[in-house]
Amino acid sequence: MSAGRRNAILGSVMVTIIAGMVGMSFAAIPLYRMFCAATGYGGTPNIGPLAAPGSSGQPIRVRFNADTNPGLPWSFAPDQREVTLNLGDEQVAFYHAANLADRPVTGMALYNVTPEKVGKYFHKTACFCFNKQTLSAGQKMEFPVSFWVDPAIRTDPNTADVKVITLSYTFFQSLDDAAKSGALAKAGPHVGPMSAADATEKAKAN
Amino acid sequence: MAAISDTHSHGHGDDHAHDHKPGFVARWLFSTNHKDIGTLYLIFAAVGGTLGGLLSEIMRAQLQFPNNHIVTEGQEWNTIITSHGLLMIFFSVMPALIGGFGNWFIPLMIGAPDMAFPRLNNISFWLLPPAFVLICIGLLMGESGSGWTLYPPLSNAIYEPGMGMDCTLFALHLAGASSLLGALNFIVTIFNMRAPGMTLHKMPLFVWSELVTAFLLLLAVPVLAGAITMLICDRNFGTSFFDPAGGGDPVLFQHLFWFFGHPEVYIMILPGFGIVSHVVSTFSRKPIFGYLGMVYAMIAIGVVGFVVWAHHMFISGIDVDTRAYFMAATLVIAVPTGIKIFSWIATMWGGSIELNTPMLWAIGMIFLFTVGGVTGVVLANAGLDEVLHNTYYVVAHFHYVLSLGAVFSIFCGFYYWIGKMSGHQYPEFWGKVHFWLTFVGVNLTFFPQHFLGLSGMPRRYPDYPAAFAGWNYVSSLGAYMGGAALLVFFYVCYRTFTSKAHVADNYWGEGATTLEWTQTSPPAYHTYLEMPRIT
Repeated sequence: MSAGRRNAILGSVMVTIIAGMVGMSFAAIPLYRMFCAATGYGGTPNIGPLAAPGSSGQPIRVRFNADTNPGLPWSFAPDQREVTLNLGDEQVAFYHAANLADRPVTGMALYNVTPEKVGKYFHKTACFCFNKQTLSAGQKMEFPVSFWVDPAIRTDPNTADVKVITLSYTFFQSLDDAAKSGALAKAGPHVGPMSAADATEKAKAN
Repeated sequence: MAAISDTHSHGHGDDHAHDHKPGFVARWLFSTNHKDIGTLYLIFAAVGGTLGGLLSEIMRAQLQFPNNHIVTEGQEWNTIITSHGLLMIFFSVMPALIGGFGNWFIPLMIGAPDMAFPRLNNISFWLLPPAFVLICIGLLMGESGSGWTLYPPLSNAIYEPGMGMDCTLFALHLAGASSLLGALNFIVTIFNMRAPGMTLHKMPLFVWSELVTAFLLLLAVPVLAGAITMLICDRNFGTSFFDPAGGGDPVLFQHLFWFFGHPEVYIMILPGFGIVSHVVSTFSRKPIFGYLGMVYAMIAIGVVGFVVWAHHMFISGIDVDTRAYFMAATLVIAVPTGIKIFSWIATMWGGSIELNTPMLWAIGMIFLFTVGGVTGVVLANAGLDEVLHNTYYVVAHFHYVLSLGAVFSIFCGFYYWIGKMSGHQYPEFWGKVHFWLTFVGVNLTFFPQHFLGLSGMPRRYPDYPAAFAGWNYVSSLGAYMGGAALLVFFYVCYRTFTSKAHVADNYWGEGATTLEWTQTSPPAYHTYLEMPRIT
């Protein structure tokens, strides 16, 4: 085999490694999400219809937190600041939201629990955060969430000390809604498509 | 491919008779000669390092006294910090140690006529100047204040809406492509083009260090490229890889960044290890102690370097078990590093030591790198890091290992090889002045930063409470001294290149045993037309 050919073969192996590593960096996005869902990493709760095993008689407190991204013209808050429930018991709690804008707005809530290590023991069976929520102009809405805490939290030495869990939500305007209402175009001079109105404004300015 | 082997055979046919050099434009702009490209890299590194150094003088002038007296805008300050870091890493240390000395000496040390892909070598250099221009645009527009770590949301469209940030990100794309092509070239050259008889276990340590570095680049840089591509998409094309509004997670960027960023710090220091090994052995007139241990220590550092990245993220909310793992894995790196340090000392032990300028830089590097390594062991402890994270203690630590470790090894290589590269010897007296001025200057600059960090001064701020004034003042004086030392270095260069005296092939004598010392000084434009045979 000629030297040039040997170099070409080894060179293409190196190019393949580079391409593979670039691919891995993109694959990290879904893999990281799956990793978080599987391990409760970053305070990711378990979601799904798995039924609660029934009360174990040991109490735990769950506090509720609500944040709203400034890009979303909603008010959003929990109905109750905290509840005390028994481990293994299913519990329903409510949040309320109101659309303060004069147009329909779609939001999407992101969630986690703290301390982050309890993610795998916190089960959500139903939640408004599983789907996008649309409120028409001025509409008010009660949002339910149903959850239970696995009694195994007491037998895991890592989490046995946890007396209070904070369930947190942050409501964002959904991306397609933001794109529709032009919020993306306002995010920066070079973001998103330029609307006709922007174009005429720009032409006037020039 | 055919084109490359054609060039080869053409070059051979042309140059057998005489040492033919092309004209200026063809030689320097279209260069495919490893020595010329190495020279271009070294000049480029000097330019990048000088600009980065200028920025650090501005920063130390700002921090000399409290009250924000020079850089009054926080955003300007952030941009200076960002550019200083990126310039020093991508446009000074890497071009000097990898592109510069690597291109010059890998082929000379393994007995190869040139790199495996000479034209690829050319493009891998010429990607850097445009990258450098883009970094400067980001700096001058004052729009890239995210820090060299580029964390979103600091680097996203909300906090850095300007085009300057995109220029900086794109500059990293170009610099990354450049290092990847270089790494590919190095690996193929080292694996395929060694002279007969030079087995891997006979290869000089500098070549080994470049080989390990090239593998680190090959595996780490594509991850940075992917991460900043996603960042550019998030900024400009409405994606949400790292934007929580669309379900992304900014912490994932930190993971990706440090998966690149941690190997990157070894990329910057490993070639320095290689240079120091040669210099210590030459000036002790002894073969290096524990050659195989040195080789496998570098490989171990490279491998373990990939599984410790989250020690940069101890306070990002990762849980206690994860921290325990990353802490233990990080501490393990002290073992192969210790093997290297002790092997250098053992090489000097009982040797006939000559304290020439290159040896001074080598010993300086070993000493300062050890100081930086010790604070690294401190910082590796997750519990301590929760307090010390983002304080000046961290700044002191990484400047001891990089600004002092890596930069000292660059100067070490310069003084060791400048006679070989240029054919003229440096003035010994001024070389020593340069060393001592730098040594005192940088220690005065960075040692007090340990105290500042331990008393809680956070990094990346343009101002501080009056309580920190004393040591900041000392630190700034040290920085001016280091700046003055750089001027001495330029004087050394001037004296070297205008010197009339020519040096012999092996001007260091019996201690210098690697193949480059069998060549003339400077080496012929084309070397090893006949392969040397190593026994």
